[in-house]
Amino acid sequence: MSIAFLIIALVTLGSAAVAMSLRNLIHSALLLIASWAGIAAFYLWAGAEFVAFAQLLVYVGAVSMVVLFAVLLTRQSRVDMAIAPDALRRIVAALLAGGATLGVLFGAVVSAPLPIAASATPVTVSVRQMGQELMGTHAAALLIVGALLTVALLGAIILASTGREDPPGVAPPAVAPPTRKTS
Amino acid sequence: MSLSPLQLCLLFSSALFCVGLIGALARSNTILVLLGVELMLNAANINFIAFWRFGPAPSPATGVMFVVFSIAVAAAEAAVGLALVIAIYRHQKNIRLQEAVRLKG
Amino acid sequence: MLMSVTAAHVWLIPALPLLAAGIGALTPRVGRRLAAGAAIVALAVSFLLSCGALVTALADPAAHLVHNFAWFDLGDSAVRLGWLLDPLTAFMCVMVTFVGLLIFIFSTGYMHEDANFTRFFCFLSLFAAAMLGLIVANSLLLLFICWELVGLASYLLIGFWFHKPEAAAAGKKAFITTRIGDLGLLLGMVWLYDATGSLLFYDGGNGVLETNALGALTAQFTIGGLAVSTAIGLLIFCGAVGKSGQFPLHVWLPDAMEGPTPVSALIHAATMVAAGVFLVARVYPLMTADLPLTGVPLHALTVVAAIGAITALLGAVIAVGQSDIKRILAFSTVSQLGYMMLALGVGSWVAAIFHLLTHAFFKALLFLGAGSVIHAAHHEQDIRRLGGLRRPLRVTFATFAIGMMALAGVPFLFSGFWSKEAILHAAHGWTVSPLPLYVALAGVVLTAFYMTRLVAETFFGTPRSETAEHAHESPATMTVPLVVLAIFAILLGFLGTPAWPWLQARLEGRTEIHGHSLADGAGLMGLSIVLVALGIGAGWALYGRRPRARAAATDPIEGRAPKLFHALRQRLGFDELYAATVGRISDGLAALADWLDRSVWDGTIRFLARLGVFAGVVNREADEDVINGGFDAGSEGLRRGANAYSHAQTGDAHGYLRVVAIGFVMLVLVVMLGGGR
Repeated sequence: MSIAFLIIALVTLGSAAVAMSLRNLIHSALLLIASWAGIAAFYLWAGAEFVAFAQLLVYVGAVSMVVLFAVLLTRQSRVDMAIAPDALRRIVAALLAGGATLGVLFGAVVSAPLPIAASATPVTVSVRQMGQELMGTHAAALLIVGALLTVALLGAIILASTGREDPPGVAPPAVAPPTRKTS
Repeated sequence: MSLSPLQLCLLFSSALFCVGLIGALARSNTILVLLGVELMLNAANINFIAFWRFGPAPSPATGVMFVVFSIAVAAAEAAVGLALVIAIYRHQKNIRLQEAVRLKG
Repeated sequence: MLMSVTAAHVWLIPALPLLAAGIGALTPRVGRRLAAGAAIVALAVSFLLSCGALVTALADPAAHLVHNFAWFDLGDSAVRLGWLLDPLTAFMCVMVTFVGLLIFIFSTGYMHEDANFTRFFCFLSLFAAAMLGLIVANSLLLLFICWELVGLASYLLIGFWFHKPEAAAAGKKAFITTRIGDLGLLLGMVWLYDATGSLLFYDGGNGVLETNALGALTAQFTIGGLAVSTAIGLLIFCGAVGKSGQFPLHVWLPDAMEGPTPVSALIHAATMVAAGVFLVARVYPLMTADLPLTGVPLHALTVVAAIGAITALLGAVIAVGQSDIKRILAFSTVSQLGYMMLALGVGSWVAAIFHLLTHAFFKALLFLGAGSVIHAAHHEQDIRRLGGLRRPLRVTFATFAIGMMALAGVPFLFSGFWSKEAILHAAHGWTVSPLPLYVALAGVVLTAFYMTRLVAETFFGTPRSETAEHAHESPATMTVPLVVLAIFAILLGFLGTPAWPWLQARLEGRTEIHGHSLADGAGLMGLSIVLVALGIGAGWALYGRRPRARAAATDPIEGRAPKLFHALRQRLGFDELYAATVGRISDGLAALADWLDRSVWDGTIRFLARLGVFAGVVNREADEDVINGGFDAGSEGLRRGANAYSHAQTGDAHGYLRVVAIGFVMLVLVVMLGGGR
């Protein structure tokens, strides 16, 4: 196993773990960016360059900015930063549930009858090949993802919009209430 | 006991998944809960790549395709999730998840 | 002006009104002129195209010009649709577009105060498009699709004033009642597809109305010894019974009068009710295929004739006892449709179509005339409260009288006379039973009688209410269509007189015309003239000579036979009968479903809820055990949440996620330890 993988894994896991335990949200977000970058490095190491760049663009570039904006838009008071009385209980429960999951997953991975093949000859996927796949085999999925992203962004805008009423002075909409002829 | 590269990758992703899970379960800050979920999603993506790279009889591009779509969906999820965070903040003036219980039955 | 329209272009005829319907749907409420203009222009162009199609069809009347295409592939076979152009299609298209056009123009006047004017024209166009699509379809499937669209549009139009509960109920009634018949049509269609593998009418020898398929259909027999073609024909006829308001599904048609009057004209004259007659005429080769068979218990046409005869008499009898101007016309429509079915049943589909065409014109005329009266009298529809409208409504009266005489069958000048004669002669020539002829002759008297009553009560005598006194003539957009229709109500008859039966010959695909002298069959004609005179005379004697003085005065028939009149006024109790039988059954079914819902399904849900509660309990126990019971205060919410399933929804997102994680762990453990299989 290459040293590179170990370093990548340690950096990723470490920064993720610290990010999840820090109290300062800004620090958490920055560490998470490091973790995401680590995952991108893993993709590079595994030979999936395109995915690595996608990861960088989407997570390190875009999602992190959204997260930072969200953090800044929702500034908390000092009181909120204090650990609430029930937090300890929740943390214990979380550690137990997470630990159980981790144990189960590790056990499953270790005991799984996976082929202990020496690293197979690396498969390389050129961007051209990917483009053809995207536009050919997976064209429908691509379209659906496009629609999904559009809808998600519209939904996000609607959710986050203030929904304030029209400023005073603007006339009400010109549509008159429907009137019907009686008989 | 020697572990194959595939298993190492899977252990890595499992660990990342659990970090995300613990974070999502333990933190009361909605943003962090959301980021924990993002980490879990990333762990799943790592699995795709691991199987694509080291798995039995790797197919030319399927794994990569999966991850590309998965990232797209995750991006959508992040956008909607953070918009929800802002909506919650506007509503209750903080973003503690345990206080967002208006759906309580 | 008349270009040659081939079968491949026939689709334009329904497509244009459909386009207009789309425009109407997208036009905002204020765009009245645009919506009405689009509808009228589209239908006018369709009319021109129909004329072109007629020219094409008449060039070779025996041919069935078709244009078939595959709609979509289904496994090995393809669902194919097509357009058909033959004289029947062409004549129907011309009639529907022309009458429809006049009704559209009339509607601009009649509806101009209505707030939902654009929607009205959208629906009208949709209706016309569906009807025209039905006519040009060369596939039973396409016909069925348009058939249902017609039903939808009629539902929308009858219930157009849906804020009136009666109108909404009438729309629903029309929709559901016709749906009963449509079920038969659907079954027949499926069976036909199963038996022949095609639904195209004409397809170069492979269509279902061509010799091969018909031979196959008559060679097989089904339950009761019926030929398969008979069974399928009868199922298809079910659809026609529903749509054309035949007994026993006639009950929706009079209620459909709740819609705006132009709708009544469109539904009762040109389109919807004609669809049933048209359908039977279209599949006539199928209906007649079993005639050469001798050992079968029943021929399809015998049923058609019987239903037609019953309906013809029933409608005419009930019409005598009604007092709403539109309801009288509605029951007369029921009766006249019975005549058409009777003509189909006794083997003369050309007579049926001839009557359909003439009836379309004079019944549209009568309905629009009634609309004009109603418009003038400020929505007073009760003939007992009208009266004396002859003077203020000169044009309406003149045209209405022409329509009435055409319907009653006043000899020689009016179209209704000639088409009714054709039916009577056909019935006379039927060898199976003389009953249809007697029924038809009785219907002649009754028709003349109730139409005389209607005209006498409405236009003669003195005004019997405030509104009738202040009636004034309708605007030109309403009277001009009346005049045009009146002219055609007279002229159209001469296309099919026994001396020169041009229309019949063209419909049957002949180019030469075998006319014969009027002296042949003069006896029957003389008899029917005497009967018409009898009916009109009796009507005038009872209602015209001594006109009703007050609105509340008793009807002359009511004075002589109150029970009979009451029964007629109640429409012989069909609605009540159906409410007591079919309605009761469906109520019972609803109660059964309710019981199932409450006991069986609800029990299942409760059981599931218990399961959920159990899961909640497990979750709580896990919490307490794992965290040593030290956080009782914090788990208060969870404990309360365990009381019932709904309370398990704590709203605590962490809790949900935790349950998911624990469940995941448990699942993996099960798979690993138990082998998972």
